[in-house]
Amino acid sequence: MISFLRRQRYLLEYSLSSLARRPGKHLGLMLVYATIVFLLASTLLFTQSLRQEAALVLAESPELIVQRLLAGRHDLIPASYLEPIGAIRGIGERYGRLWGYFYDPAVRANYSLMVPREDPPAAGEVQLGAGVARARGLGPGDYLSLRSARGEPFSFRIASLLSADTELVSSDLMLLNAEDFRRFFDFPADRFTDIVLRVRNPVEVRKVAEKISLALPDTRPILREEILRTYDAVFGWRQGLVFILLTGALLAFVIFAWDRASGLSGEERREIGILKAIGWETGDVLRMKFWEGAALSLTAFLLGYLLAYVHVFYFSAALFAPVLKGWAVLYPDFRPLPFVDGLQVATLFFFSVFPYTVATIIPIWRAAITDPDQVMR
Amino acid sequence: MPLTPAILALNLASLTQSLLLVVAAGFTIQILRHWDLSSGSERQLELERRTYLIATLIAWVFGGNLLSLLLFVYNAEQLSTQFVGAMCATGVLNANPWGWPTLFLKITLFFAGAAWLILNGVDNQAPDYPLVRPKYALLLLIAPLALAEVTMQALFFTALNPDLITSCCGSLFSPEGGGVAAEVAGLDPAVSLAALAVSGLALLATGLRYWRRGRGGRLFAQLAALAFGIALAAIVSGVALYVYEHPHHHCPFCLLKSGHDFVGYGLYVPLFAATALALGAGLIEVWRSTPSLTAIITHQGPRLAGIALLLFGLFYGFSTWLVLRSNLLLLGTN
Repeated sequence: MISFLRRQRYLLEYSLSSLARRPGKHLGLMLVYATIVFLLASTLLFTQSLRQEAALVLAESPELIVQRLLAGRHDLIPASYLEPIGAIRGIGERYGRLWGYFYDPAVRANYSLMVPREDPPAAGEVQLGAGVARARGLGPGDYLSLRSARGEPFSFRIASLLSADTELVSSDLMLLNAEDFRRFFDFPADRFTDIVLRVRNPVEVRKVAEKISLALPDTRPILREEILRTYDAVFGWRQGLVFILLTGALLAFVIFAWDRASGLSGEERREIGILKAIGWETGDVLRMKFWEGAALSLTAFLLGYLLAYVHVFYFSAALFAPVLKGWAVLYPDFRPLPFVDGLQVATLFFFSVFPYTVATIIPIWRAAITDPDQVMR
Repeated sequence: MPLTPAILALNLASLTQSLLLVVAAGFTIQILRHWDLSSGSERQLELERRTYLIATLIAWVFGGNLLSLLLFVYNAEQLSTQFVGAMCATGVLNANPWGWPTLFLKITLFFAGAAWLILNGVDNQAPDYPLVRPKYALLLLIAPLALAEVTMQALFFTALNPDLITSCCGSLFSPEGGGVAAEVAGLDPAVSLAALAVSGLALLATGLRYWRRGRGGRLFAQLAALAFGIALAAIVSGVALYVYEHPHHHCPFCLLKSGHDFVGYGLYVPLFAATALALGAGLIEVWRSTPSLTAIITHQGPRLAGIALLLFGLFYGFSTWLVLRSNLLLLGTN
């Protein structure tokens, strides 16, 4: 065992010195290799952190949301529906929510308006998300003027800005109190946008939802776990899409690697010839070349991954954010939580090191079977 | 099919591996037809050179297969959030009829690959390469397995249909679906743990005999295969309960999660590696009577068995420790 390890060490030493002798030739390949890893790793790291962020945000959201449907579209739900829902066993808490969207032509963006359940702002005041404040150039104490649903101007004093920690979800948010909300949108007094329910026992959520859809056939219950699952699927799908788009680049890289490995210079051929003439076997040359490839792959992989890590976690994935986050005007400014995941590293391995290795096996074998007399003659 | 990078990677890897195996199988047929070591012809020289290529290809294919086995399980674990009722990899593998066969094929390929590489290693040490024909014939048997695996895996992923709601403006309440993960049925933990202990002792006894006296290699390999099956059953029906400290939680995959200190790796890695080595030792024993191999196998077989015994020891020791450290009381009272 020890002699085996020692042998591998000598081969590795030889491979490294051989790489160091021709830095120019390998630098180009290394750069392309690292770029491929960088592109793939950035996509993976960023989407994964978005997924985590969504899960963190949704962890506190209610287990069940009930919406009313009218002709297959989302409609306002009557406040009277709270009563039959209350009769269902297992529901801990239930309340109607008021929220909606407002298109602001001034900045050509949609705001989300919402009435918070606890500590709503005083009449005539609002709390603004950072994105809206940035877009309108406003701060606490300033006034925000908007046109209401009836076309009348409405002025809100900005009481405070929402915390930057939750910017991913609060960027376009505007919190106001229920009376202002109803007056601003001309919203019927006996209606809510939807109803949310807390269910004490998580195992019962599905049963409760089933009972609601039986008792109130014109409603649809939405489960938190379903929203989470959709986020998971959507982000996974976007990752996959970017990966498929990058397949072209990957193929180009594979062809490049193949070409590099098969285009041995006369000097390299002579070197292999000499090695075989002094007693190296074909297997030894193969092993030496394997170590060469491993050193190259590892360096490129680490370099690419490190660059992607910096790009995503320190520069908020500036290159890909628009594709992966979604399509909106008020982009949240958000700093993902750094982390490294085994599944990702394994996936990246199969998308970079594996194709590289496969592309170079046959050229390396061709080089290794070279007859010494052929090249030294 | 959920279009995640891990699924794309798994399909890409399996497809490449099968392609490489098909290429290797093509060369193999030429070798089987024309191999003649006594000949000094150009063709024979070419064939001898090709054996290096095939060995390298196969080593990579099986190395990749080992990694893709890990990624497959890990990926199934992650996908579990997308299926109603699935809480871990078990639920996802149960989601359609192709899940478990894919996993079993991957495991079979791992063992077949390891045994083939051991056989190849032994053959390369003999000056006259006496196993060229049998080992390449064996490769022709393995290649269809790889093709079956890539097809099965593609079917599994294609048939996966997560119960989704459609993005922001709509949701259908999904009625109670049939995708509830079936709990892996457990044997009586007392019986399975006793079987684990008995098979372990029998294995250690035959292994020690083979290691010291060089006899009973095939019996050791057969017992190892049996002990492997018993060990997996015992993990599901007994050891897992002690790890989770819950009398009805049988999952073999949750053991790999961080919440359980990744103890699964401590169980599966030595168990799989030991079984592969033991099977390899048993396989090479078949050719012990070949004159140029007798000395090599007399040396290599017990050596492989020694390492396998060490790894089996690790597995049994670790399992015992997991049962002893647990706060769960299933058998009698403390």
